[in-house]
Amino acid sequence: MKRAWVLGGGAVILGVFAWLLFGGLEKNMVFFLTPRELLAKGTEGVGVPVRLGGQVKPGSVKWDAQALDLRFTVTDGGGEIPVRATGAPPQMFRDGMGVIVEGRVGTGGVFEASNLMVKHSNEYRAPKPGEEAHEKYKTLIQQSATP
Amino acid sequence: MPTNDRSLDSSLPRRTGIWLAFACFAVLGAAQAYSISNSPAEGDMGHLQKIMYVHVPAAWMTFLAFFVVLVFSVLYLWRRREAYDLIAASAAEVGAVFNGLTLALGMIWGRPTWGVWWTWDARLTSTLVLFLIFIGYLALRGFVDDPGQRARWSAAVGIIGAINVPIVYMSVMWWRTLHQQPSSPSTLDPAYTLGLRLNAIALLLVMIYFIRRRYEIARLERAAEQAAQMAAMGGR
Repeated sequence: MKRAWVLGGGAVILGVFAWLLFGGLEKNMVFFLTPRELLAKGTEGVGVPVRLGGQVKPGSVKWDAQALDLRFTVTDGGGEIPVRATGAPPQMFRDGMGVIVEGRVGTGGVFEASNLMVKHSNEYRAPKPGEEAHEKYKTLIQQSATP
Repeated sequence: MPTNDRSLDSSLPRRTGIWLAFACFAVLGAAQAYSISNSPAEGDMGHLQKIMYVHVPAAWMTFLAFFVVLVFSVLYLWRRREAYDLIAASAAEVGAVFNGLTLALGMIWGRPTWGVWWTWDARLTSTLVLFLIFIGYLALRGFVDDPGQRARWSAAVGIIGAINVPIVYMSVMWWRTLHQQPSSPSTLDPAYTLGLRLNAIALLLVMIYFIRRRYEIARLERAAEQAAQMAAMGGR
Protein backbone atom coordinates (compact mmCIF):
# COMPACT_ATOMS: atom_id res chain seq x y z
CA MET A 1 0.00 0.00 0.00
CA LYS A 2 2.75 2.38 1.02
CA ARG A 3 4.83 1.32 -1.98
CA ALA A 4 1.85 2.08 -4.22
CA TRP A 5 1.67 5.59 -2.80
CA VAL A 6 5.35 6.18 -3.37
CA LEU A 7 5.17 4.87 -6.94
CA GLY A 8 2.00 6.84 -7.64
CA GLY A 9 3.48 10.05 -6.26
CA GLY A 10 6.69 9.52 -8.21
CA ALA A 11 4.73 8.94 -11.40
CA VAL A 12 2.73 12.15 -10.90
CA ILE A 13 5.91 14.18 -10.31
CA LEU A 14 7.63 12.68 -13.34
CA GLY A 15 4.50 13.32 -15.40
CA VAL A 16 4.34 16.98 -14.42
CA PHE A 17 8.03 17.35 -15.10
CA ALA A 18 7.71 15.72 -18.55
CA TRP A 19 4.75 17.96 -19.31
CA LEU A 20 6.80 21.03 -18.44
CA LEU A 21 9.75 19.67 -20.37
CA PHE A 22 7.88 18.98 -23.56
CA GLY A 23 6.20 22.30 -23.67
CA GLY A 24 2.72 21.64 -22.29
CA LEU A 25 2.80 25.13 -20.83
CA GLU A 26 4.24 26.68 -23.95
CA LYS A 27 1.07 28.45 -24.95
CA ASN A 28 0.21 29.73 -21.50
CA MET A 29 3.67 30.80 -20.47
CA VAL A 30 4.38 33.51 -22.98
CA PHE A 31 5.27 36.59 -21.00
CA PHE A 32 4.77 38.96 -23.92
CA LEU A 33 3.61 39.06 -27.53
CA THR A 34 5.74 40.37 -30.35
CA PRO A 35 4.30 43.13 -32.58
CA ARG A 36 3.68 40.59 -35.35
CA GLU A 37 1.71 38.32 -33.00
CA LEU A 38 -0.32 41.19 -31.59
CA LEU A 39 -1.12 42.57 -35.05
CA ALA A 40 -2.15 39.08 -36.18
CA LYS A 41 -4.90 39.14 -33.53
CA GLY A 42 -6.58 41.98 -35.43
CA THR A 43 -9.45 43.59 -33.55
CA GLU A 44 -9.25 40.91 -30.85
CA GLY A 45 -5.99 42.47 -29.74
CA VAL A 46 -7.46 45.95 -29.37
CA GLY A 47 -8.43 47.27 -25.94
CA VAL A 48 -7.38 44.19 -23.98
CA PRO A 49 -4.55 44.26 -21.43
CA VAL A 50 -1.47 42.70 -22.97
CA ARG A 51 2.32 42.78 -22.82
CA LEU A 52 4.13 43.73 -25.98
CA GLY A 53 7.81 43.02 -26.43
CA GLY A 54 10.37 43.76 -29.08
CA GLN A 55 13.08 46.15 -30.04
CA VAL A 56 12.88 49.94 -29.85
CA LYS A 57 13.07 50.88 -33.51
CA PRO A 58 16.22 52.96 -33.98
CA GLY A 59 15.37 56.59 -34.60
CA SER A 60 11.79 56.28 -33.42
CA VAL A 61 12.21 57.65 -29.87
CA LYS A 62 10.55 61.01 -29.20
CA TRP A 63 10.76 62.21 -25.63
CA ASP A 64 8.95 65.30 -24.43
CA ALA A 65 10.62 66.05 -21.10
CA GLN A 66 8.08 68.73 -20.18
CA ALA A 67 5.02 66.55 -20.56
CA LEU A 68 6.91 63.34 -19.65
CA ASP A 69 5.50 61.99 -22.88
CA LEU A 70 7.47 59.21 -24.52
CA ARG A 71 6.77 57.87 -27.99
CA PHE A 72 8.57 55.15 -29.85
CA THR A 73 7.96 52.19 -32.12
CA VAL A 74 8.35 48.56 -31.09
CA THR A 75 9.49 46.25 -33.86
CA ASP A 76 10.29 42.56 -34.24
CA GLY A 77 11.49 42.86 -37.81
CA GLY A 78 8.15 41.66 -39.17
CA GLY A 79 5.72 44.05 -37.52
CA GLU A 80 5.73 47.46 -35.91
CA ILE A 81 3.48 49.04 -33.31
CA PRO A 82 3.74 52.68 -32.18
CA VAL A 83 3.81 53.05 -28.38
CA ARG A 84 2.97 55.98 -26.15
CA ALA A 85 4.16 55.91 -22.55
CA THR A 86 4.14 58.50 -19.80
CA GLY A 87 6.71 59.03 -17.11
CA ALA A 88 10.47 58.85 -17.22
CA PRO A 89 11.73 55.68 -18.93
CA PRO A 90 14.08 53.24 -17.15
CA GLN A 91 17.73 54.19 -17.22
CA MET A 92 18.73 51.74 -19.93
CA PHE A 93 15.95 52.71 -22.32
CA ARG A 94 17.32 53.80 -25.66
CA ASP A 95 17.26 53.20 -29.42
CA GLY A 96 17.67 49.58 -30.38
CA MET A 97 17.15 48.24 -26.86
CA GLY A 98 14.85 45.33 -26.06
CA VAL A 99 11.68 46.51 -24.39
CA ILE A 100 8.48 45.09 -22.91
CA VAL A 101 5.47 47.35 -22.40
CA GLU A 102 2.30 46.61 -20.45
CA GLY A 103 -0.91 48.23 -21.54
CA ARG A 104 -3.40 47.99 -24.37
CA VAL A 105 -3.78 48.96 -27.99
CA GLY A 106 -5.96 52.03 -28.32
CA THR A 107 -8.49 52.56 -31.10
CA GLY A 108 -5.99 54.58 -33.09
CA GLY A 109 -3.64 51.62 -33.24
CA VAL A 110 -1.28 53.23 -30.76
CA PHE A 111 -0.23 51.07 -27.82
CA GLU A 112 -0.93 52.94 -24.59
CA ALA A 113 1.72 51.69 -22.16
CA SER A 114 1.12 51.87 -18.42
CA ASN A 115 4.44 50.19 -17.61
CA LEU A 116 7.70 50.01 -19.48
CA MET A 117 10.43 47.42 -18.87
CA VAL A 118 13.81 47.18 -20.54
CA LYS A 119 14.83 43.69 -21.65
CA HIS A 120 18.55 43.18 -21.54
CA SER A 121 20.39 40.59 -23.62
CA ASN A 122 22.83 38.08 -22.12
CA GLU A 123 25.75 40.06 -23.54
CA TYR A 124 27.89 42.15 -21.24
CA ARG A 125 30.73 44.01 -22.89
CA ALA A 126 32.93 46.89 -22.00
CA PRO A 127 32.90 49.72 -24.55
CA LYS A 128 35.67 49.46 -27.14
CA PRO A 129 38.71 51.70 -26.66
CA GLY A 130 37.72 55.27 -27.42
CA GLU A 131 34.03 54.63 -26.74
CA GLU A 132 32.12 55.70 -23.68
CA ALA A 133 29.78 53.40 -21.80
CA HIS A 134 26.30 54.08 -23.15
CA GLU A 135 24.52 55.22 -20.04
CA LYS A 136 22.10 57.00 -22.32
CA TYR A 137 19.89 57.71 -19.35
CA LYS A 138 22.35 60.39 -18.33
CA THR A 139 21.74 62.34 -21.52
CA LEU A 140 17.99 61.73 -21.13
CA ILE A 141 18.07 63.16 -17.63
CA GLN A 142 20.23 66.07 -18.74
CA GLN A 143 17.85 66.78 -21.60
CA SER A 144 14.91 66.83 -19.24
CA ALA A 145 16.77 69.13 -16.86
CA THR A 146 17.53 71.74 -19.50
CA PRO A 147 14.41 73.33 -21.02
CA MET B 1 24.84 12.10 20.44
CA PRO B 2 24.15 8.91 18.50
CA THR B 3 27.21 6.76 18.88
CA ASN B 4 26.57 4.61 15.80
CA ASP B 5 27.51 7.51 13.51
CA ARG B 6 31.08 8.11 14.56
CA SER B 7 32.35 8.20 10.98
CA LEU B 8 30.33 11.34 10.26
CA ASP B 9 31.07 12.95 13.60
CA SER B 10 33.99 15.12 12.64
CA SER B 11 33.21 18.35 14.43
CA LEU B 12 36.00 20.84 14.12
CA PRO B 13 37.69 22.27 17.18
CA ARG B 14 36.13 25.64 17.96
CA ARG B 15 39.23 27.65 17.13
CA THR B 16 39.77 25.93 13.77
CA GLY B 17 36.14 26.64 12.89
CA ILE B 18 36.52 30.35 13.56
CA TRP B 19 39.70 30.54 11.49
CA LEU B 20 38.05 28.66 8.62
CA ALA B 21 35.14 31.08 8.67
CA PHE B 22 37.54 33.99 8.65
CA ALA B 23 39.48 32.48 5.73
CA CYS B 24 36.32 31.83 3.65
CA PHE B 25 35.06 35.38 4.07
CA ALA B 26 38.53 36.80 3.42
CA VAL B 27 38.63 34.92 0.09
CA LEU B 28 35.16 36.25 -0.75
CA GLY B 29 36.18 39.79 0.16
CA ALA B 30 39.33 39.53 -1.94
CA ALA B 31 37.39 38.12 -4.92
CA GLN B 32 34.86 40.97 -4.68
CA ALA B 33 37.54 43.63 -4.35
CA TYR B 34 39.58 42.22 -7.22
CA SER B 35 36.67 41.81 -9.63
CA ILE B 36 35.06 45.15 -8.82
CA SER B 37 38.28 47.08 -9.28
CA ASN B 38 39.28 45.18 -12.43
CA SER B 39 36.08 45.25 -14.47
CA PRO B 40 35.38 48.14 -16.80
CA ALA B 41 31.95 49.81 -16.93
CA GLU B 42 29.56 47.82 -19.12
CA GLY B 43 28.37 49.27 -22.42
CA ASP B 44 24.66 49.42 -21.55
CA MET B 45 24.42 49.47 -17.78
CA GLY B 46 27.72 50.91 -16.63
CA HIS B 47 28.80 49.83 -13.17
CA LEU B 48 25.48 48.13 -12.43
CA GLN B 49 27.01 45.09 -14.15
CA LYS B 50 28.93 44.43 -10.93
CA ILE B 51 25.77 43.17 -9.23
CA MET B 52 26.44 40.10 -11.42
CA TYR B 53 29.28 39.14 -9.04
CA VAL B 54 26.86 38.53 -6.19
CA HIS B 55 23.55 37.70 -7.88
CA VAL B 56 24.82 35.01 -10.25
CA PRO B 57 27.08 33.14 -7.76
CA ALA B 58 24.22 33.23 -5.22
CA ALA B 59 21.95 31.61 -7.83
CA TRP B 60 24.55 28.94 -8.63
CA MET B 61 25.05 28.14 -4.94
CA THR B 62 21.28 27.87 -4.51
CA PHE B 63 21.21 25.21 -7.24
CA LEU B 64 24.20 23.41 -5.77
CA ALA B 65 22.86 23.43 -2.20
CA PHE B 66 19.51 22.00 -3.34
CA PHE B 67 21.39 19.35 -5.33
CA VAL B 68 23.06 18.35 -2.05
CA VAL B 69 19.56 18.18 -0.51
CA LEU B 70 18.49 15.86 -3.34
CA VAL B 71 21.49 13.54 -2.96
CA PHE B 72 21.25 13.23 0.82
CA SER B 73 17.45 12.92 0.82
CA VAL B 74 17.72 9.97 -1.57
CA LEU B 75 20.56 8.54 0.52
CA TYR B 76 18.46 8.88 3.66
CA LEU B 77 15.48 7.07 2.14
CA TRP B 78 17.82 4.34 0.96
CA ARG B 79 20.09 3.89 3.99
CA ARG B 80 18.05 5.52 6.81
CA ARG B 81 21.07 7.06 8.48
CA GLU B 82 20.21 10.03 10.62
CA ALA B 83 23.32 11.91 9.51
CA TYR B 84 22.06 12.01 5.90
CA ASP B 85 18.82 13.64 7.05
CA LEU B 86 20.74 16.24 9.04
CA ILE B 87 23.07 17.02 6.12
CA ALA B 88 20.08 17.43 3.79
CA ALA B 89 18.40 19.75 6.29
CA SER B 90 21.57 21.82 6.69
CA ALA B 91 21.98 22.17 2.93
CA ALA B 92 18.29 23.10 2.61
CA GLU B 93 18.63 25.89 5.13
CA VAL B 94 21.79 27.28 3.56
CA GLY B 95 20.24 26.90 0.08
CA ALA B 96 17.14 28.80 1.19
CA VAL B 97 19.35 31.66 2.40
CA PHE B 98 21.15 31.80 -0.96
CA ASN B 99 17.81 31.52 -2.76
CA GLY B 100 16.51 34.51 -0.81
CA LEU B 101 19.71 36.39 -1.61
CA THR B 102 19.33 35.56 -5.31
CA LEU B 103 15.82 37.02 -5.29
CA ALA B 104 16.75 40.13 -3.31
CA LEU B 105 19.89 40.88 -5.31
CA GLY B 106 18.00 40.23 -8.55
CA MET B 107 15.37 42.76 -7.51
CA ILE B 108 18.06 45.31 -6.68
CA TRP B 109 19.56 44.71 -10.13
CA GLY B 110 16.21 44.70 -11.91
CA ARG B 111 14.93 48.04 -10.64
CA PRO B 112 17.61 50.24 -12.27
CA THR B 113 18.14 48.08 -15.39
CA TRP B 114 14.70 46.69 -16.30
CA GLY B 115 12.78 49.45 -14.57
CA VAL B 116 10.82 47.15 -12.23
CA TRP B 117 11.56 45.46 -8.91
CA TRP B 118 9.51 42.43 -9.81
CA THR B 119 7.43 40.92 -12.58
CA TRP B 120 5.72 37.56 -12.92
CA ASP B 121 7.78 36.07 -15.71
CA ALA B 122 8.70 32.37 -15.73
CA ARG B 123 12.22 32.77 -14.32
CA LEU B 124 11.28 35.06 -11.44
CA THR B 125 8.14 33.12 -10.59
CA SER B 126 9.85 29.71 -10.64
CA THR B 127 12.70 31.04 -8.46
CA LEU B 128 10.16 32.32 -5.94
CA VAL B 129 8.34 28.96 -6.01
CA LEU B 130 11.65 27.20 -5.31
CA PHE B 131 12.21 29.53 -2.34
CA LEU B 132 8.73 28.90 -0.96
CA ILE B 133 9.11 25.11 -1.28
CA PHE B 134 12.25 25.16 0.83
CA ILE B 135 10.73 27.56 3.36
CA GLY B 136 7.96 24.94 3.54
CA TYR B 137 10.60 22.24 3.98
CA LEU B 138 12.09 24.07 6.96
CA ALA B 139 8.65 24.76 8.44
CA LEU B 140 7.74 21.09 8.07
CA ARG B 141 10.82 20.09 10.05
CA GLY B 142 9.73 22.43 12.79
CA PHE B 143 6.24 20.93 12.99
CA VAL B 144 7.00 17.20 13.07
CA ASP B 145 8.15 15.87 16.43
CA ASP B 146 8.98 12.27 15.59
CA PRO B 147 12.54 12.27 14.17
CA GLY B 148 11.96 9.30 11.83
CA GLN B 149 8.77 10.76 10.41
CA ARG B 150 10.37 14.20 10.12
CA ALA B 151 13.31 12.71 8.22
CA ARG B 152 11.10 10.72 5.81
CA TRP B 153 8.69 13.56 5.10
CA SER B 154 11.38 16.17 4.65
CA ALA B 155 13.33 13.81 2.37
CA ALA B 156 10.24 13.59 0.15
CA VAL B 157 9.75 17.37 0.13
CA GLY B 158 13.47 17.88 -0.44
CA ILE B 159 13.44 15.63 -3.51
CA ILE B 160 10.31 17.29 -4.95
CA GLY B 161 11.81 20.71 -4.25
CA ALA B 162 15.13 19.87 -5.89
CA ILE B 163 13.28 18.72 -9.04
CA ASN B 164 12.38 22.40 -9.47
CA VAL B 165 16.02 23.39 -9.86
CA PRO B 166 16.29 22.32 -13.54
CA ILE B 167 12.91 23.98 -14.18
CA VAL B 168 14.24 27.27 -12.79
CA TYR B 169 17.41 26.90 -14.84
CA MET B 170 15.62 26.01 -18.08
CA SER B 171 12.75 28.51 -17.61
CA VAL B 172 14.49 31.15 -19.72
CA MET B 173 15.02 28.65 -22.54
CA TRP B 174 11.56 27.07 -22.46
CA TRP B 175 9.50 30.23 -22.09
CA ARG B 176 9.60 33.78 -23.26
CA THR B 177 10.68 35.84 -20.28
CA LEU B 178 11.89 39.26 -19.24
CA HIS B 179 14.94 37.65 -17.64
CA GLN B 180 17.64 37.04 -20.24
CA GLN B 181 19.11 33.63 -21.03
CA PRO B 182 22.32 32.54 -19.28
CA SER B 183 25.45 34.33 -20.36
CA SER B 184 28.49 32.32 -21.40
CA PRO B 185 32.15 33.25 -21.76
CA SER B 186 31.37 34.08 -25.42
CA THR B 187 28.80 36.71 -24.43
CA LEU B 188 30.83 38.17 -21.57
CA ASP B 189 33.78 40.48 -21.54
CA PRO B 190 36.77 38.36 -20.35
CA ALA B 191 37.13 40.57 -17.26
CA TYR B 192 33.52 39.78 -16.28
CA THR B 193 34.01 36.04 -16.83
CA LEU B 194 37.05 36.04 -14.57
CA GLY B 195 35.29 38.07 -11.88
CA LEU B 196 32.29 35.78 -12.00
CA ARG B 197 34.42 32.64 -11.67
CA LEU B 198 36.48 34.01 -8.78
CA ASN B 199 33.38 35.03 -6.87
CA ALA B 200 31.67 31.71 -7.58
CA ILE B 201 34.64 29.84 -6.10
CA ALA B 202 34.73 32.16 -3.10
CA LEU B 203 31.01 31.78 -2.45
CA LEU B 204 31.35 28.02 -2.85
CA LEU B 205 33.85 28.00 0.03
CA VAL B 206 31.47 30.08 2.13
CA MET B 207 28.61 27.71 1.32
CA ILE B 208 30.62 24.60 2.19
CA TYR B 209 31.59 26.23 5.48
CA PHE B 210 27.97 27.16 6.24
CA ILE B 211 26.59 23.70 5.47
CA ARG B 212 29.28 22.03 7.53
CA ARG B 213 28.77 24.34 10.47
CA ARG B 214 24.99 24.00 10.27
CA TYR B 215 25.39 20.23 10.23
CA GLU B 216 27.46 20.31 13.42
CA ILE B 217 24.76 22.42 15.07
CA ALA B 218 22.06 20.05 13.78
CA ARG B 219 23.84 17.15 15.49
CA LEU B 220 23.98 19.03 18.77
CA GLU B 221 20.29 19.94 18.45
CA ARG B 222 19.47 16.31 17.80
CA ALA B 223 21.46 15.22 20.84
CA ALA B 224 19.67 17.81 22.98
CA GLU B 225 16.32 16.60 21.61
CA GLN B 226 17.16 13.02 22.54
CA ALA B 227 18.32 14.04 26.02
CA ALA B 228 15.08 15.95 26.56
CA GLN B 229 13.03 12.94 25.49
CA MET B 230 14.97 10.69 27.84
CA ALA B 231 14.50 13.12 30.71
CA ALA B 232 10.75 13.42 29.96
CA MET B 233 10.44 9.64 30.17
CA GLY B 234 12.27 9.69 33.47
CA GLY B 235 15.11 7.57 32.13
CA ARG B 236 18.80 8.21 32.10
